[in-house]
Amino acid sequence: MTTIILLAPLLGAIVCGFGWRLLGEQAAIWTATGILFLCAVLSWIVFFTLDASQPAQVTLLRWIESGTLVADWSIRLDRLTAIMLVVITSVSALVHLYSVGYMAHDDNFRPGEVYRPRFFAYLSFFTFAMLSLVTADNLLQLFFGWEGVGLASYLLIGFYFRKPSANAAQIKAFVVNRVGDFAFLLGIFALYYLTDSIRLDDIFAQVGTLAATEIAFAWGTFNAAELVAVLLFLGAMGKSAQLFLHTWLPDAMEGPTPVSALIHAATMVTAGVFLVCRMSPLMEVAPHAKTFVIYIGAATAFFAATVGLVQNDIKRVIAYSTCSQLGFMFVAAGAGVYGAAMFHLFTHAFFKAMLFLGAGSVIHAMHHEQDMRHYGGLRRHIPYTFWAMLIGTLAITGVGIPLTYIGFAGFLSKDAVVESAWASGHAPAFWALVVAAAMTAFYSWRLMFLTFFGAPRWAHAPDTRAEEVATARAPAHEGGRAEPHHAAPAHGHHAHGHHTPHESPPVMLAPLAVLALGAVFSGMVWHNSFFGKHEQMAAFFGMPEVHHEAGAEARAGGGTETGLEGLAPPDADPAEAAALAESPAPAAPEDATAHAGEAAPNPLVPPLGGAIAMNAASEAVLDAAHHAPAWVKLSPFLAMLLGTGLAWLLYIRAPHMPARLAETNWPLYRFLLNKWYFDEIYDWVFVRPARAIGRFFWRGGDGAVIDGTINGVAMGAVPTATRWAARIQSGYVFHYAFAMVIGLALLLTWITFTGGAN
Amino acid sequence: MLLSLVTFLPLLGAAALLLLRGDDAASQRNARWIAFLTTLITFAASLLILARFDPADPGFQLVEERPWLLGLTYKVGVDGISVLFVMLTTFLMPLVIASAWDVTTRVREYMIAFLVLETLMIGVFVALDLVLFYLFFEAGLIPMFLIIGIWGGKDRIYAAFKFFLYTFLGSVFMLVAMISMYASAGTTDIVALLAHEFPSEPLRILGITVLGGAQTLLFLGFFLSFAVKLPMWPVHTWLPDAHVQAPTAGSVVLAAILLKMGGYGFLRFSLPMFPVGSEVMGPLVLWLSAIAVVYTSLVALVQTDMKKLIAYSSVAHMGFVTMGIFAANQQGVDGAIFQMLSHGFISGALFLLVGVVYDRTHTREIAAYGGLMNRMPAYGALFLLFTMANVGLPGTSGFVGEFLTLAGAFQVNTWVALIACTGVILSASYALWLYRRVVLGEIVRDSLRTIRDMTWRERAVIAPLAVATIVLGVYPALVTDIIGPSTEALLGQVGAAQAAWSPDAGARLAQN
Repeated sequence: MTTIILLAPLLGAIVCGFGWRLLGEQAAIWTATGILFLCAVLSWIVFFTLDASQPAQVTLLRWIESGTLVADWSIRLDRLTAIMLVVITSVSALVHLYSVGYMAHDDNFRPGEVYRPRFFAYLSFFTFAMLSLVTADNLLQLFFGWEGVGLASYLLIGFYFRKPSANAAQIKAFVVNRVGDFAFLLGIFALYYLTDSIRLDDIFAQVGTLAATEIAFAWGTFNAAELVAVLLFLGAMGKSAQLFLHTWLPDAMEGPTPVSALIHAATMVTAGVFLVCRMSPLMEVAPHAKTFVIYIGAATAFFAATVGLVQNDIKRVIAYSTCSQLGFMFVAAGAGVYGAAMFHLFTHAFFKAMLFLGAGSVIHAMHHEQDMRHYGGLRRHIPYTFWAMLIGTLAITGVGIPLTYIGFAGFLSKDAVVESAWASGHAPAFWALVVAAAMTAFYSWRLMFLTFFGAPRWAHAPDTRAEEVATARAPAHEGGRAEPHHAAPAHGHHAHGHHTPHESPPVMLAPLAVLALGAVFSGMVWHNSFFGKHEQMAAFFGMPEVHHEAGAEARAGGGTETGLEGLAPPDADPAEAAALAESPAPAAPEDATAHAGEAAPNPLVPPLGGAIAMNAASEAVLDAAHHAPAWVKLSPFLAMLLGTGLAWLLYIRAPHMPARLAETNWPLYRFLLNKWYFDEIYDWVFVRPARAIGRFFWRGGDGAVIDGTINGVAMGAVPTATRWAARIQSGYVFHYAFAMVIGLALLLTWITFTGGAN
Repeated sequence: MLLSLVTFLPLLGAAALLLLRGDDAASQRNARWIAFLTTLITFAASLLILARFDPADPGFQLVEERPWLLGLTYKVGVDGISVLFVMLTTFLMPLVIASAWDVTTRVREYMIAFLVLETLMIGVFVALDLVLFYLFFEAGLIPMFLIIGIWGGKDRIYAAFKFFLYTFLGSVFMLVAMISMYASAGTTDIVALLAHEFPSEPLRILGITVLGGAQTLLFLGFFLSFAVKLPMWPVHTWLPDAHVQAPTAGSVVLAAILLKMGGYGFLRFSLPMFPVGSEVMGPLVLWLSAIAVVYTSLVALVQTDMKKLIAYSSVAHMGFVTMGIFAANQQGVDGAIFQMLSHGFISGALFLLVGVVYDRTHTREIAAYGGLMNRMPAYGALFLLFTMANVGLPGTSGFVGEFLTLAGAFQVNTWVALIACTGVILSASYALWLYRRVVLGEIVRDSLRTIRDMTWRERAVIAPLAVATIVLGVYPALVTDIIGPSTEALLGQVGAAQAAWSPDAGARLAQN
């Protein structure tokens, strides 16, 4: 069944990409959509019928084999895979359906130009690549999926291939991701070098050894487990747009909105979180790497939220929100509570996809206007969209009844993450998340208020708006359209006037309704499975029931008690303490497979066999999170209220305040509006120097030094010879003769030489 | 007989063309068809080689040996390392001929040059005698020199001479090395030479102690020749010029096959015959490879000429090859061979694609293009496929070689692997930047407003390459099954020799 789920979208992509000429556009599109719905149904069946304690493994085809390096095309089915299957196929199916409506007309293409099958082919191909990522049972196939989704993302960001901004964004996305992939690849090489395998099970079986091994890498000697974990996480940072490698995600919004919902919110960008959870046995033995994950995640959550506060493009606000929420997930993963990370991934997929599709519906209604300053008062015009967005906002901001398990999806999963952050003992990360939660509420409600409330800012100035749109689009359509000013009327494709918002067709609203169910209920239904008691989680993820002796101690000492009493967060990270105690002795450095770890069992090594692995220290964090004091559990809720209240104050009560605030605090405002100037800094630090060095190598290195030297020595004779030749005879006859003679003379000399010697 | 048949069939075709008279349209058509059919038959015959080849046997197969003129021996044969290069050549040549269908100047001579070249290239890969190898290796220069010099672009004379002199100077040293090999081993039989142990005691020359002795010197003699051919940094500068001036078909042969002779030479001579020399010089070669990847990728980033950009990208990809070979482990060598084969398809296809638009607009300036997707969707799609393959996207053949060579290098020297691995970032940068400037965006040049998409002939030429790129990317076992046993045997021998020379050689290898 999993094989069908995996391969059917590829079939859909091929049918759409190549078969539409035979089938016709509509048939091809509906085939792809139908296939995805079939996959979604099958995925839910797999999800509910999965026996988590018995992970399945299917080998499809041989792939790369070289010596002991063996990787097959294969499927690994455990709980982690099943969760991702459900997320991917459900969201993908709904996005396919939505796109039927959203992409029905597109002014970026000329009348008669066929673009829809291409779009659906890319979407289906993306789904296939993403599925092969999550079903991989070796790192190489995972990397295939990893790069495959990168390709799909590249293609879809640049779907409007005539737009220069889209072209720039697609390259940026691919190249920045490649920076992460560079580290990811090195991580794979290191793992192969150390464990002689790239199959996940083989690697997991050796994590104890890895933790006790030192590896010389480039400039230093590192603990093998830490090094590999950090390298793999750097890969995850690229894909999941974490701080320093995040710059591509906001630009990726150049793609059509359904793409943003599917790829840049619900699925692809969560691949990094999935990777960290998938590699949980390795992460468990790398406490410093986990700390690194926590702080990068927390920093991203905070940073992205600050930028999200001031953006005016509706999609960019949601993009930064995604970036920030991914940071939340990483904090949970870094804390060792992989269940909470996956939980937030799961719920986030629903409500963020919904927010994006809702935003798409707004954009559709506003004829591709994306600037929120030109929205306002839309709730009466597009009521269904409004209600969908409202539910999404309630979910992302985390509305629920405090200290109970009743609330929107984000309430439960975000609280799980925040509690895990507190329990991990990294107070700065915890506070960063609380502040980020407040900002989340602020920017989410700001979006809602600017879009749906207040006075319409589109009706009053239709002319200026049309003009702005026309001028904004003119460069992109240069030559494509004779009269840029016709652009605006051309948008009124449903016989509306160009300034009257219109509700989206049912084909777009139905997916919103389904996602709304997920945004409301997915948290409450699955809370205990992802983030419940040990037994519940163990059953859900198929983790072996182990009664750790050492673990119980750690739990008692480091976790529960402090947690229960707990005004102070548990101070010393149990994982780190254990790491220090067990600090890998100078084990034979170059002998990678030294079984030094066997001498004394490493308390960090988690029990294997489940979809995720948690060692005693992580179990203790989970416990502490469950027993977090009331103020910890309340803090994200209070932060949410604060953010919501501020947003209400600034955008409903006193709508003139924001402008004044921006004016008085203009350095901060500019700083945030320009996204902390990351793009500019990277341009100066990386892009320009790379070009300059390239030019220097080309002109200076190749031209002056190498050619200069070699030509000077070897080719000094040529011009002379040519000139001399030109006197004898023009034309090229001489040149062949010259070549032939040299060649023949040498060959003959050689032949006689050896012949004589024989 | 089979190997000789495949080797000399193209020559037979060339001889038939010599009989052809006249230069009118009809005889031009005949010349094309004769050449095309000859290469096609050669390919069909080479399939028999593959069918009779037993991958499990790491030794030489289908060996033919007979006395030849002047007391020399004619000996040919293939093993797992060489057989696929023969296949690559015979597979590509019909496509090369078909891609040159629209050439109208001196068609007969053009076709003769390619057919002769094919014989010589196959000869290089099957020769099992030093003299024979040298003959094929050097003679191959002449037809290529003519192809660039006669049918090339504006600066073809400069480029042709640069090409000729670089490669020729390299081979002078190889000649010296070969003579001293003969002096040392007393035979020119490559099989015997592979078994011969060349002296590796340290030598003192002009007060300098040469570690590895004669082996190191012999290694250097061969090295220069192969390094120029491949080409390696810093003797690569002839390649961009040669590519820019060569006609499309010439570029394809140059990039896809001729360069691979250098890599093949390393695998046939340098590594197995001079294992100690390789051990001594290996680190240097690894570093040169890493530098090649970064340096030429950066240079590719700023190119304004499409062919030059792809030529520099070729040098970068060949950097992975030398890195894999001198990592001297299974993944490295498997990866290097795979990379060479895959690069044959990918770079060949990229040069063909440049040729497609060059034929229409007669310029290679990147700035002269833009927005081709608007009028040439099939072209855009194929260009994308090969761009991605060039970037090393998993699922295309480009990934397998890159991945394996890097995995091999990592085990030997993490610094080299780290630096070369930045190639994955840089290659994405230059390749996608090229794609954007040529294919994406709006059409702004008037000259492109009426440009036509690829003809059926052009598509048919590229299609087999596209299929090969994807099939080998998804199921590389087709190749690794054949090369695996031979590389394993080769490395076993090399490892034993290196271990015997210095007992801690193996350990030091692991340590680096």
